Amino acid sequence: MKQTQRNRPIPPVWATLLLRLLCDAYLINELEDDLNQLFEQRVKSVGLRKARLRYIHDVLSLMRPSLLKVKSNSYPNLGYTGMLKNYIKIAFRNLAKNRTYSAINIFGLSVGMTTAILIGLWVWDEVSYNKSHQHYDRIARVMQHQTYNGVTNTTLATPLPMRAALQNEHANDFTYIASSSWTRDYVLSFGDKKISRKGNCVEPDFPLMFSLKMLRGTANSLASPTSALLSESVARALFGDDDPIDKIIRVDNKRHFKVAGVYEDLPNSTEFRDVSFLLPWHFFLEEEAWVKRSETNWGNNSFLLLVQIAPNTSFEQVNGKIANIKARHAKEEARFNPKAFLHPMSRWHLYSEWENGRPVRGRIQYVWLFGVIGAFVLLLACINFMNLATARSQKRAKEVGVRKVVGSRQSQLITQFFCESVLMAAIAFILAFSLVQILLPLFNRLADKQIVFPWYNVQGWLLGVGFTLVTGLLAGSYPALYLSGFRPISVLKGTLRAGRFAALPRQTLVVFQFTVSVTLVIGTLVVLRQIRHAKDRPVGFDRSGLLSVAINTDDLQNNADALFQDLRQSGLVMHVSKSSSPTTEVWSSDASFSWPGKDPGQLGDLGTVGVTHGYGKTVGWQLKRGRDFSPGFSTDHHGMVINESAAKFMGLKDAVGKRVDWNSEHYTIIGVISDVITGSPFMPIQPTVFMLKEDWASFIHIRLNPALNSRQAVGRLEGIFKKHNPGSPFEYKFASLEYDLKFSAEERIGTLSALFSSLAIFISCLGLFGLTLFLAEQRQKEIGIRKVLGASIISIWSMLSRDFVVLTAISCLIAIPIAFIIMRDWLEQYTYRTTLSWSIFAAAILGALVVTLITVSFQAMKASLLNPVKTLHDN
Amino acid sequence: MKGTYLGEFEEVVLLAVAIRTGDAYGATVVDEIEQQMGRTVSLGSVHTALHRLQEKGLVKSEFGGVTGERGGRSKRLYIVTMPGRRALEDIRQIRNQMWETIPEMAWS
Repeated sequence: MKQTQRNRPIPPVWATLLLRLLCDAYLINELEDDLNQLFEQRVKSVGLRKARLRYIHDVLSLMRPSLLKVKSNSYPNLGYTGMLKNYIKIAFRNLAKNRTYSAINIFGLSVGMTTAILIGLWVWDEVSYNKSHQHYDRIARVMQHQTYNGVTNTTLATPLPMRAALQNEHANDFTYIASSSWTRDYVLSFGDKKISRKGNCVEPDFPLMFSLKMLRGTANSLASPTSALLSESVARALFGDDDPIDKIIRVDNKRHFKVAGVYEDLPNSTEFRDVSFLLPWHFFLEEEAWVKRSETNWGNNSFLLLVQIAPNTSFEQVNGKIANIKARHAKEEARFNPKAFLHPMSRWHLYSEWENGRPVRGRIQYVWLFGVIGAFVLLLACINFMNLATARSQKRAKEVGVRKVVGSRQSQLITQFFCESVLMAAIAFILAFSLVQILLPLFNRLADKQIVFPWYNVQGWLLGVGFTLVTGLLAGSYPALYLSGFRPISVLKGTLRAGRFAALPRQTLVVFQFTVSVTLVIGTLVVLRQIRHAKDRPVGFDRSGLLSVAINTDDLQNNADALFQDLRQSGLVMHVSKSSSPTTEVWSSDASFSWPGKDPGQLGDLGTVGVTHGYGKTVGWQLKRGRDFSPGFSTDHHGMVINESAAKFMGLKDAVGKRVDWNSEHYTIIGVISDVITGSPFMPIQPTVFMLKEDWASFIHIRLNPALNSRQAVGRLEGIFKKHNPGSPFEYKFASLEYDLKFSAEERIGTLSALFSSLAIFISCLGLFGLTLFLAEQRQKEIGIRKVLGASIISIWSMLSRDFVVLTAISCLIAIPIAFIIMRDWLEQYTYRTTLSWSIFAAAILGALVVTLITVSFQAMKASLLNPVKTLHDN
Repeated sequence: MKGTYLGEFEEVVLLAVAIRTGDAYGATVVDEIEQQMGRTVSLGSVHTALHRLQEKGLVKSEFGGVTGERGGRSKRLYIVTMPGRRALEDIRQIRNQMWETIPEMAWS
């Protein structure tokens, strides 16, 4: 029998294999039987060769779609959805069974996702800044580089004749050209209603250039010197629901304008977000004598010039043409090597700082910084998720064994594990999404934004869902692909052992997590320290109880003496005076000062502030040498008080009594005061001179009587101001608040980075917590036996904690140089900066170790306190 | 002919199933057709036809016929259903009808 079987004619093997490969599993038996039967018959009837040929022919004839995909209802096969339902059910049971794990895992991932979504929204908002205007990609600001004393400065203020020169010489390159005044507060009134709003005086092209959406009236009506355009919100504030068109409004209580149009409010994310109404350029020109004078003065760099380039040209081409325009027109300015260039609108927001004629930093660095931090926090959360999921899955090796014995195929196990991890990721995503909805208002406040959740952004949703899937699949890949390959026998017998290096990937991930966290913590500490450092810097004047009122109406200008009289008599104020700049800023500077011993190559560029008698007492500056201005000396009108930086800048050791020439007049230095911080508190102090210039005054400064409650005092001040300045609301600014604003950018970074680094730490700790929980559980029996043999709680605790402390220490070692390099670079941008002291690093390391120990100890102690009888009991 | 249309090959397969009633499956149907018609047919076309007939409800299949020949495995046996039988009868009747209406002169 055996003999005959061996000699039995065999059909071509490859054809059989082909059949098995391509045909539906349940059909194969039937077809093969048919083929074999026919083959045997044919061998007898037509011979082996023909039978083989016919066999092949038959196999090929079976390769037709109708047979390949026949569905059978007689073969026991649950539909795929049925199995999927089962997977999901099992997944939910698993989640419910290990509540702590599931909670840690899902919550950690959703925190990471929330952070990433929020940062993503922020980055998106920053990147799309200024891009809501229709022609933003062709609009630019004319700026210029100029070199003084060997340093190239870049300013966005240009001389006024530049505008005419561009119009006359390069009209073909521009679609629109518009000069604009700087944004400032104006008092608008209609009937009894008075409001103070920010606005600009602009040329007629401005509304067209920025394609303002007109709700009423026409955009190009600013050519008329008596027309004004209002934003919708201003129109509503002034006129309520009435039709504003052709109504007459008063501006700063002196000029009348007819409302020629109403435009839709500009969005929050544009450079001109504060501009709530537009007045004709003509008003600016007529109202301010110095502006009129500047029309032919190439030396006064004080104006904002906006252009929209023609469609057939590019910024580079225009830059090439206009670079030397100033040097050509103004020979005396050529020594500063002025270079005009266009700064495209799309870059205004993110690339706004120059150093020596090259663009540096700007907001883009924060976009990158937070983008990277967001990516890292998300990465940490994902690592956590995977770490925990893999650690967990090892416990399920037995389950895999049993499933396989019962008949589960590997592909089914893979689907099951993927199902579980994707389900977890999906829950985390939904949670994160809800968290974002809750936190967005808070985040907006923190980041000074008005971000609206992009419900209709399909790409965003796709990204979110795609990311969730990828995270789920990645996290599930280890159990799905590795565990499912186990041989059931070895798993069930318990002979399967994780290799020596099974924990290595997990340890690497923990090190990575802590490296990122520690780096973030060091960064945050440095930022906070830098802010503290600048805040501790001596300010040079007394901010408390000092308030300023802008002189913006003729009434205030003319009634100042009477007003001062009343103020002093009221007993509310200690001192009152006027000056040309706010106390915390210097608004003007001049380059034509000269003094004995001045290097002819040096430019006498000093900040200039005009003050009245009593200014020094009002702001409380500290005299170093000499004396303050005094009404007793009539010569003080040609006297100067300078700050220490100015004395240093002029190179005068004993400045008092020295003569300074300016505008062909002789001044004498009568006093030197200690530096007052007027610019950024992180930067060097601008050398500044103070002169008695009553007519320059634009601010009234009031030092409140410290004996009085300041709120009540302000309330009573309002009455006095109303009496002398009836046309305008009483508006004042506290110097202390203005000064604090100087820190807002840095403080915002400080808050955000503190937030993100605590999130990073939190997520890392969550992961660590989960890992210890798992390890302690895995080693339960070992711990039990150790205890039985006499191990102390402390020794078990240290056994469980040691590994993690070592990992944390390694991460600290990696994090320190990284943080050092990054933070050194960051600090470089500040002239007045703190040092990277060792204490910061030591604090961060200590903190990381302590946090690690606390996290780990909780589980370690719990494990070592367990009664060994219980853990050893079950077999 | 109303109802489902029966192709020529399908008709042949259906007839073969009827002939081999109780023992009709892929191989025997192929065998039957080859013997009756003296032409070779491929197993694939027979199976396709059987599946289509089953979809149309003209045959049904059930498992049975355990024989030593096939290693003790049961096989799928096809049986002509009532609609199948009716379809065959319809065809035959129509053919006969047509035969009868052929005029004598047609053969001259």
